[in-house]
Amino acid sequence: MNTLIFRTVAPFLTSLMVLFSIFVLLRGHNEPGGGFIGGLIAASAFAIYGIACGVSPVRRALYFHPMGIAGFGLFIACVAGIMSIFVNVPFMTGLWVFPKVFGVELALSTPMLFDIGVYLVVVGAITSIALALEEREED
Amino acid sequence: MMYVVFALPFVAALFAPFLARAFKHHAAWLLALAPAWNFWTLSQYLPEIANGERVTGGVQWIPAFSVNFSWFIDGLSLTFALLITGIGALIVLYAGGYLKGHPHQGRFFAFILMFMGAMQGLVLADSFLMLFVFWELTSITSFLLIGFDHTREASRRAALQALVVTGLGGLSLLAGLIVVWNITGVSEMSLLVLLAGDLVRESPFYLAAFVLVLGGAFTKSAQFPLHFWLPNAMEAPTPVSAYLHSATMVKAGVFLLMRLNPAFGETVAWETVLPLFGGATLLVGALLAVRQTDLKLMLAYTTVASLGLLVMLTGFGNEKAIEAAVLYLVAHSMFKGALFMVAGLIDHESGTRDVTKLGGLRGAMPITFAAALLAALSMGGLPPFFGFLAKEEIYLAVAKGDAWALTVTATAIAGNALMFAIAFAVALKPFLGPHVETPKHAHEGPLLLWAGPLTLALCGLAAALFSQAFHHFVSSPMASAVAGQTISVTISSVPHAGLALWLSLATVALGILLYLALASLRARMASLLAALGWGPDRGFDQAIAGLIRLSVAITRTVQNGRLEFYLTATLALIAVALLAPMLAFGEWPAMPAFPELRFYEWTIIAIAVAGLVAVVLAKNRLTAIVSLGIQGFAVALIFMLMGAPDLSFTQFMVETLSVVILALVMTRLRLSPSDHRGAGQVVIDGAIAAACGIGFGTYLLRVTQSPFDATLSEFFNTYSYVIAHGRNIVNVIIVDFRGVDTLGEIAVVMAAGLAILALIRVRPGVKWLAKTREETS
Repeated sequence: MNTLIFRTVAPFLTSLMVLFSIFVLLRGHNEPGGGFIGGLIAASAFAIYGIACGVSPVRRALYFHPMGIAGFGLFIACVAGIMSIFVNVPFMTGLWVFPKVFGVELALSTPMLFDIGVYLVVVGAITSIALALEEREED
Repeated sequence: MMYVVFALPFVAALFAPFLARAFKHHAAWLLALAPAWNFWTLSQYLPEIANGERVTGGVQWIPAFSVNFSWFIDGLSLTFALLITGIGALIVLYAGGYLKGHPHQGRFFAFILMFMGAMQGLVLADSFLMLFVFWELTSITSFLLIGFDHTREASRRAALQALVVTGLGGLSLLAGLIVVWNITGVSEMSLLVLLAGDLVRESPFYLAAFVLVLGGAFTKSAQFPLHFWLPNAMEAPTPVSAYLHSATMVKAGVFLLMRLNPAFGETVAWETVLPLFGGATLLVGALLAVRQTDLKLMLAYTTVASLGLLVMLTGFGNEKAIEAAVLYLVAHSMFKGALFMVAGLIDHESGTRDVTKLGGLRGAMPITFAAALLAALSMGGLPPFFGFLAKEEIYLAVAKGDAWALTVTATAIAGNALMFAIAFAVALKPFLGPHVETPKHAHEGPLLLWAGPLTLALCGLAAALFSQAFHHFVSSPMASAVAGQTISVTISSVPHAGLALWLSLATVALGILLYLALASLRARMASLLAALGWGPDRGFDQAIAGLIRLSVAITRTVQNGRLEFYLTATLALIAVALLAPMLAFGEWPAMPAFPELRFYEWTIIAIAVAGLVAVVLAKNRLTAIVSLGIQGFAVALIFMLMGAPDLSFTQFMVETLSVVILALVMTRLRLSPSDHRGAGQVVIDGAIAAACGIGFGTYLLRVTQSPFDATLSEFFNTYSYVIAHGRNIVNVIIVDFRGVDTLGEIAVVMAAGLAILALIRVRPGVKWLAKTREETS
């Protein structure tokens, strides 16, 4: 699948997809979307980039090992659950703050942090599988 | 404040490697501050506890399951916590000297502080689950510490053995605690021992709970015949042996028995099984100790014996016996910790710890000699040391008229006399007599090394000299907590005439005789053991080898490595599981009315069917995979039209990724591009596939035809925005309402990812390990 068109388009496609995946992740609480779907989109973005340009550029671009990203996601999700203990409410109770940044009200919450954790786990796990499968010719 | 106490050792463990890199072994002084601070904070509770109060606290963790993060401080847990933190501080200092210049000293500090945090959490925990988690954490950190010197085969084996034995015990404990939880409905130790004791004792499941809990306690506290892992654990560096395998971790089992005594005690089972196993352990441990020449192993086997004595006393079932157990436990932690450190010190300075190759070190190592002597006097049970108090109390407790008490008394005397002989063999033999050449030129160790043993040994003296104050603050509250009623310990170090004193004298006399005859006894034990040949340690190896053979045999039959077989089995089973219930109960769905669909809906269904037909007719595999994708996309479109955008969205992504990954796997497997199945095989596979499809179809039809309970949907609809601030109900369910499920699921995704990664890396014929070694070098 090493066509010139594909190789030229892939970086743009990938960056657009990753951007879109973050958009989908963040809108998830009110509109269709969320961490799981966002994660799948980002994972397919990296898979496409890997097919087009080879695995090592993807690994370089990701910088961290994808499994490390997944582990970090799991960690974040746990942290989001544990935060509730500091305000004396049961495990995984959603906590919300609505700070005003530049006059815009932001809704920050532990469920959002949790969703980001889900996103990272899905991206990391699926990307690492896809990349490992794509790597075959190089060894 | 208690949160800090719980977290501090782990925080210190986090910083330990960096501190050790920056300050070398001087980091010990800084790191010892963590346990010392905990010791100080916990000791503030002493006056309160001495007044007979109990301190509980914590937060609700998952109230729906009554799982809490909670602590329970009474005489028992406070004494344990003080021993753990106090000895912990000394051990950290000692490790600073012992592993001076070791390249992984920082790692060692981190492990031992983590262990300390786990152990302290174990004794302070109130909730059953918390107790279990910390219990397992002590097993894991102990594994890391025993295997610290991981380049040696022996220490790897010992670490694994300890993990397997104590890990199995931990699972048994978990099961036991869950049984207790079900019997009583309480999940907190504080409630159990105060209120629910009768419920436990009268329950028909008492015996089950009892056996399961004993499984945990006996493995952890190395009771015969599960004692073998403890002497093997001596492969660990000496600070570990002194701390984990004498003063603290191995006492976790005894702690558990003591903690549960008010709830489980005073039954026939309790008062038979505990003294029986405890007594057997005492004798076996003490006899095996005689056989050894390695200082550490001699001490290790006497630790086994002491743990047996403690279990025996805990189960003996009168107040005096509990007092004796309490006193002996405290005394043992002090003198055994000190003696282990002395053994390590001798090894460190002279280069050997074989007792037959040591002698005349008293001039070279006077401080060490003093510490050893003080500790041995306490272990031997001579006045005015704390061990003497403990021994008097033991004899006061067990010396009764009936045959059972006589047996126990005789066991106690024999065990104590043997331990007396070993104590002085360790404390005198290396120091007295003519000077013997040792591999290293021996001289006194640095302050870091002798501070710990000397402090502990002096504590054993001080506690006995100020026994009334010590009893008021420590022994009495602890004994009261174990007995479940107020007890006041009064024994002092002034000898007073009576049966107990005579028994003590007999023990000492017998001990001296044994000490003098130690060399010939050792030879006899050696020939006896050689004649026996088999021991539980060999048995462990045989059990593990048997397990491996069994799993190999099962794997050979079940996992034949043929993908067709796996798929056929899985899919056929799915078809049976779906169709059999409907067939058996005659619950077939009614034929649905023919749906009225718009033309574009028909078009999409037609695309799906076309995709399906293309899969079946495809000449090569890649076409089949892509056609399957077409069918999946069509289904996603149907979801979209039926008003499930989230589902459809996910379906799109899953389909895309599965096409990509399937294609990658197919090319990787280097399958022939087309299908070569014979006609018969095609018919069978087709039948299974059709059965699966029909099964799923009819099943879904049947399910949607039953009356729909809308309670949940209504709940989510009503509260999604009000409580969880989200309008997308699906997402709110995933991240908020059922967040714990999701947490479990992403953990599974992660684990599955790791497993797949490992599978991809494995290649037949490639020495994977050798390859990575080349890459790193």
